[in-house]
Amino acid sequence: MPDNHLLSLARQSEQLDISIINGRIIDPANQIDSHTDIHIQNGKILALGQAPDGFKAQKVIDATDRLVCPGLVDMRVRLREPGFETKGTIASETRAAAAGGVTSLCCPPDTNPIIDNAAMVKLIRLKAATEGVAKVYTLSALTQQLKGEKLSEMRELKDAGCVGTTNALTPVKSTLIMRRALEYAASHNITVFIHPFDPWLSDGCAHEGVVSTRLGLAGIPESAETIAIARDLQLIELIGGRVHFCQLSSAGSIQLIRQAQEAGLPVTADVTAHHLHLTEMDIGFFDSNCHVLPPLRTQRDMEALRHGVQSDILSCIVSDHQPHDSDAKLAPFAETEPGISGIETLLPLALKLIDSQNMSLMEVISRLTIQPARILNIAEGTLSTGQDADICIFDPEAYWRVEKEKFLSKGKNTPFHGWELKGQVEYTIKTGEIVFSRK
Amino acid sequence: MITKNIQLDEQGRLKHFLSIEGFKRQHLISILDAAEPFANVQEQAVKKVPLLRGKTIVNLFFEASTRTRTTFELAAKRLSADVLNININTSATKKGESLLDMLHNLESMHCDMFVVRHNQSGAAHFIAQHVSPHISVINAGDGCHSHPSQAMLDMFTIRRHKKDFANLKVVIVGDILHSRVARSEMHALTTLGVSEIRVVGPKTLIPTGIDTFGVHVYHNLQEALVDADVIIMLRLQKERMQGALLPSEGEYYQHYGLTEKKLAYAKPDAIVMHPGPINRGVEIASSIADGPQSVILEQVTNGIAIRMAVMSQALGPGGSDSSRTGVNA
Repeated sequence: MPDNHLLSLARQSEQLDISIINGRIIDPANQIDSHTDIHIQNGKILALGQAPDGFKAQKVIDATDRLVCPGLVDMRVRLREPGFETKGTIASETRAAAAGGVTSLCCPPDTNPIIDNAAMVKLIRLKAATEGVAKVYTLSALTQQLKGEKLSEMRELKDAGCVGTTNALTPVKSTLIMRRALEYAASHNITVFIHPFDPWLSDGCAHEGVVSTRLGLAGIPESAETIAIARDLQLIELIGGRVHFCQLSSAGSIQLIRQAQEAGLPVTADVTAHHLHLTEMDIGFFDSNCHVLPPLRTQRDMEALRHGVQSDILSCIVSDHQPHDSDAKLAPFAETEPGISGIETLLPLALKLIDSQNMSLMEVISRLTIQPARILNIAEGTLSTGQDADICIFDPEAYWRVEKEKFLSKGKNTPFHGWELKGQVEYTIKTGEIVFSRK
Repeated sequence: MITKNIQLDEQGRLKHFLSIEGFKRQHLISILDAAEPFANVQEQAVKKVPLLRGKTIVNLFFEASTRTRTTFELAAKRLSADVLNININTSATKKGESLLDMLHNLESMHCDMFVVRHNQSGAAHFIAQHVSPHISVINAGDGCHSHPSQAMLDMFTIRRHKKDFANLKVVIVGDILHSRVARSEMHALTTLGVSEIRVVGPKTLIPTGIDTFGVHVYHNLQEALVDADVIIMLRLQKERMQGALLPSEGEYYQHYGLTEKKLAYAKPDAIVMHPGPINRGVEIASSIADGPQSVILEQVTNGIAIRMAVMSQALGPGGSDSSRTGVNA
């Protein structure tokens, strides 16, 4: 929780007592799916259904034909601040988050400086409180400077507010150090977030397969991911402790996670929205907007990932939001920086699974709210009374065309430019404050 | 997703020459046909034709090259164009200037064509997508991706010796993984209807999914050479020897070097090709490189004619004279 003296500096919040009426409320945490009203007072959820006696809304939002769900929880968002402010700032990217219906987000420690000390955590929390419009959580660096050599002070970082720890995109090469890190994290009940990359097989920029061969791009084989997962699963079996595998990209990885979950290991995993809809073929003739890590793989992998979300092996969908300045993508493919500005397309891309996988709205929303919140061990992601009023209201039937120029994010790097998507955010409310409204 | 073939303009004429992929058989044939008269021009006392008088062509080489750069330069000069050679190893990108800034500077000097070699796959596509519309881009080799003029000069050479592509067995030997020449050859050969293409090398040098090019993979050179009509040897870069791709030059030569003994498995009239520069005693025995079946030097000569054909198709008036070879989509 933020220190009191930090809160006193906070941006003047415009909390309102709000009634959202006539909407269809979906709250997977409480298994609610009903047409009813919801009332907000002092930034908290006051009641569902009838307004309590004496409650007077300062604002009434008519949500007829709209869906009302908990504000989305996006487990992986690069705000780019501090260190890379030409790509994004806490101010710009939390506004992009709000436009995407996201009220809570978690940023990895690969800022500059790296989040491997408590002062950095406090700085980011302060900035988020004073300049941001979304709740910002942080993960601590697993090792000092992400070098994979010495453990970070992960307990102190936890006490400073980090909700987990990770070595981000830098693999921990030494199996011994990985073992020690997992042991130490488990001792303090800290969840470890792992990006599975075998350091020796990952030195490429596209999936090793038909497209990388055709284009002459250095490939990253599927085994770069499965080998890393297999190693770490063996360590988890030895040690225990909560581990979450980040943005899986291949069918083989799903298989490994499924086996581990069936064997009772405490592991979870997620997938990015773009890996659910793009394959290596989308690189076409070197489209640098499709340069992502892990790489886009085959149709078969994409289908396995979708199925993984459906069967809950992959319990969260993340944006892996990585805004870039335009120069970062203006170079020959391998020289461009990987990543997609994805937070403003997260919800509609996830909703596509309703049609493609026959998933229910409740199931899809759960992957975007309560399930990531549980993994991050935070109280958000629900509409339970008494909780912070973090709410997303969207029109599930609205079609809209993605226009990168209209992104609130500083990063216009999206491969979805020009796509027609279904499902558009209309209001985003964070602790009772309307932080985004389309009208 | 970039799917549009930017190599042809709205009228279906050659605009950029970036990769063989995207061209139909008749496009390639038209380039080969266009090169024929230029091959004859070279044998005349006055080797120049005035097709590109007043045009400025920039050779933009981000990677060292002698043969390719020189033949492009000669081709441009024989078409009466003005030529500017820029070797970027020693130039501005070392000072931190971005590739695009540099291109825009050259554009503002009113050049008409960039001939580009770059060590990154996709560099030529990238440049073609970002230059102003009046500029043509010719790919003179990008990373491991494509080297289309090399493939076309090889097709030209094969056609002069073998007449018909349809019944040929063509063997490509060596470092397929890193070879832009091999990729372009495979596309060109399949587009021209060659019935059997065999690629040969140890697994470390054969990329994943190469069979999707429509080729057969061999790991044994002798087997691959049986009844071959055309043998294309690839250059093995010395730096590849330092990793774990190959144990030694000696062992490579033993198994994948072309020797007299192995060549005997091919058809007696088989031709031997190599894009150069040759590593004698690593890829090929000297006696073969200099022998009667070798067409290696002919390839170099034909390179000028093919490059003249490509340049004149992309920049030519598209009107009255012999440059009217525009490919019709």
